[in-house]
Amino acid sequence: MNVPKHWRAIPERYRMEAGKCRKCGEISFPSRLICPACNHNEFDLVNLSGKGKLLTHTIIRTAPEGFGDFAPYAVGIVELEEGVRIMGQITDCDPEKLKTGDKLTSKFRRMNEEGKTGMIMYSYKFVPDIGI
Amino acid sequence: MIGIIGYGTQIPRYRIKVEEIAKVWGADASAIKRGLNLNEKSVPAPDEDCATLSVNAALNALKRASIDPKKIGAVYVGSESHPYAVKPTGTIVSEALGICPRVHTADLEFACKAGTEGMFIALQLVKSGAVTCALAIGADTSQGAPGDALEYSASAGAAAFIMGAENLIAELVETDCYMTDTPDFWRRENAHYPEHGGRFTGEPAYMKHVTGAVLAILEKTGTKPEDFDYLIFHQPNGKFPVQVAKKLGFKEPQYRYGLLTPTLGNTYSGSSPMGLAATLDEAKPDQTILLVSYGSGAGSDAFIFRTTERLLKVRKHAPKVRKQLDEHRYYLEYGAYAKFRRKILKPE
Amino acid sequence: MRDVAIIGIGIIKFGELWEKSLRDMAVEAALNCLTDAGTDRADSVTIGCMSSGVFNGQEHLASLIPDYLGKNNIPATRVESACASGGLAVRNAYMEVASGLSDYSLAIGVEKMTDVSTGMATYALATACDRDYEAFHGITFPGLYAMLARAHMERYDTTREQLAQVAVKNHSNGALNPFAQYPFPVTQEAVLSSTMIADPLRLLDCSPITDGAAAVLLTTVEEAKKFKSSPMVIIRGVGSATDTLALSQRKDMLELGAVKKAVHRALKMAGKKIQDIDFAEVHDCFTISEILVMETIGIVKPGQGGPATIDGLTALDGKFPLNPSGGLKSKGHPVGASGVAQVYEAVSQLRGESGKRQLNNPKLALTQNMGGSGGSCVCHVLEVKD
Repeated sequence: MNVPKHWRAIPERYRMEAGKCRKCGEISFPSRLICPACNHNEFDLVNLSGKGKLLTHTIIRTAPEGFGDFAPYAVGIVELEEGVRIMGQITDCDPEKLKTGDKLTSKFRRMNEEGKTGMIMYSYKFVPDIGI
Repeated sequence: MIGIIGYGTQIPRYRIKVEEIAKVWGADASAIKRGLNLNEKSVPAPDEDCATLSVNAALNALKRASIDPKKIGAVYVGSESHPYAVKPTGTIVSEALGICPRVHTADLEFACKAGTEGMFIALQLVKSGAVTCALAIGADTSQGAPGDALEYSASAGAAAFIMGAENLIAELVETDCYMTDTPDFWRRENAHYPEHGGRFTGEPAYMKHVTGAVLAILEKTGTKPEDFDYLIFHQPNGKFPVQVAKKLGFKEPQYRYGLLTPTLGNTYSGSSPMGLAATLDEAKPDQTILLVSYGSGAGSDAFIFRTTERLLKVRKHAPKVRKQLDEHRYYLEYGAYAKFRRKILKPE
Repeated sequence: MRDVAIIGIGIIKFGELWEKSLRDMAVEAALNCLTDAGTDRADSVTIGCMSSGVFNGQEHLASLIPDYLGKNNIPATRVESACASGGLAVRNAYMEVASGLSDYSLAIGVEKMTDVSTGMATYALATACDRDYEAFHGITFPGLYAMLARAHMERYDTTREQLAQVAVKNHSNGALNPFAQYPFPVTQEAVLSSTMIADPLRLLDCSPITDGAAAVLLTTVEEAKKFKSSPMVIIRGVGSATDTLALSQRKDMLELGAVKKAVHRALKMAGKKIQDIDFAEVHDCFTISEILVMETIGIVKPGQGGPATIDGLTALDGKFPLNPSGGLKSKGHPVGASGVAQVYEAVSQLRGESGKRQLNNPKLALTQNMGGSGGSCVCHVLEVKD
């Protein structure tokens, strides 16, 4: 049962809430209690733009449990405009045609569910930034 | 003055053609296409549902409204395919948009009319002064039973409208409703697919209620069909709305932007709201739009909007309906469609 | 701190061991080790196991394993650092002996991975990455390394053939190892036409799902002098380090920071340079991993791992043999056991007991065992006493 675990992460998963260090300005996603850049401990919450470019990716063909219905699907590391790097699925695309450097933007999508009758988990995913 | 301050839509990227479905069931594709004025429909990706379509449509509406999301005091999501039978879609939308926690929300259900129900309530709440802004969404990922006529049309999409009293892009002129208890289409608790009354869904159901709502609002406002620049009716297929429009004395140019079903299918609660969004994409300032929904069970909501200068300014902040409808489509074969729509039995 | 020697090594044949349980395997490897040492004395035991909770529904191995080993009353510790759990177990046993807490300390690595479906095993392995920000998004370990492979191919023009050569080379070594899960050679063509798992990595780029266990017995160099049957192997250096758990959070994902620091620490403690090492057992969980590791630890410059592999630098008869055992690729990768099995191989080679795969008189060996996508790493430098 992942309910509390998922619920706790809703600000990050639903609206990409990150922590911006009040001392050095470093943005951490997820937000942390200690800034990895300067060890400061005060942050402002900011919502990330979701826009960025693809650094590297793969196409998952042998999926872990719970993801079989989506395979094959692309997962990549995206560098956002804010400089933050995030791993996420890339959906609404032909995975075979993805290229490093592709411009992507985030969308709100269904990630997984706890079986047919359990909680549904939603999150950001990335899609090609083609103005749709 | 109250009305629409932002609108946005989301249509899945996947499509299936009438021919592809007809082939599986040995049906006559050309007869269906001609008879229903329907060529293809949108299909939600496996990671899309009513909640995701609602959120993404609402985010587009928020871009056009350019307001602090905390100004939205009410959120209504109309759908017959809410992801949970019990647990609101509206909370998901409100959280994703950053509207929580001081917001009133409700999920609405009235077959294909649930979207305009939300719009009606949102407008009245703004009018009353109870909230500054209100968000109404019509969204569905509906399913027709395999082989049933509805399988050719039941599609997916969402349209979202933010209502307010400042910076209107379309002012509300009037509303009206026309409703009776008419069981033309339903889905019982725990049933996967809906049932319907076949030809009974036409004359005594769709035609009667749409006509009733149109005549009511025309009478209330002292207007005639030719007074409207644009017209949007609920569109379960491409045939019904054209039939009733012609019978009432409307002409093709009036519904040319709003009639989307031939390549979109029936997005149920999203259907007529999506038509309104497509019309707002193209309308000029100071034009008058008549919107009439229909939901089985059965009833119609009617709205008259008049566009403002501001519409031209905000339109570009989010993608147009035609762009979402016509570009970057991926066509599915029936097998992949059946997988996407979870029509294949698998072990738990 | 006291100098520490390895006086016993034990392993079991790796594979899909349908008839053996987690406890059977751990005990069998430990008994083989004690038999090899010629003593059954162990003052403490450390068990390296990554995920018996998910794989077998069994935690509390620090009670279970000593119990079934017939050593109920000794202090026992279970350590976990994903696929580096085995290396960490050896390090913990080293600390027991070096510190004086124990005179004889046993390290056992074990993983029983075939009690669950492949999907569940994939899930269990994915607990080694960032559950909430990586695994939640449907990434798998082949997927994480596939992203590294793509980045390496794009930055350095590394080719698919170069990646495949790592598998070809390690299978060629593993074919000579009686304990290997897949003791047979594979061809370039076989690797390049095997099932795509996570582009660009294919089935034969991946280490398998394996049941296995290995054990080593450590004591002080002084005590070790009592055991004359085999040459004495001394642990000269121990190095351990960590990096960000999530791959996306590393400044340069192709530089394995934990590996770099762990190797540096182990070599520094031993007073050696990488050039002094005769051979290494490295963590080739995927073909790309071996290339990344050989570049990171300084065997070749960044970008040269692929060409050097093709040129035979790391082959059994090359100048710097890597994974004479067959590596995780051919020998198998029972995740918690692999780090101990690497030490097993290093000691076996240094003693000159490796049979058909025996290297020519090696003196100094390095083992490099890493967790996850490089979030943790444990290294050992071992030397055989003349």
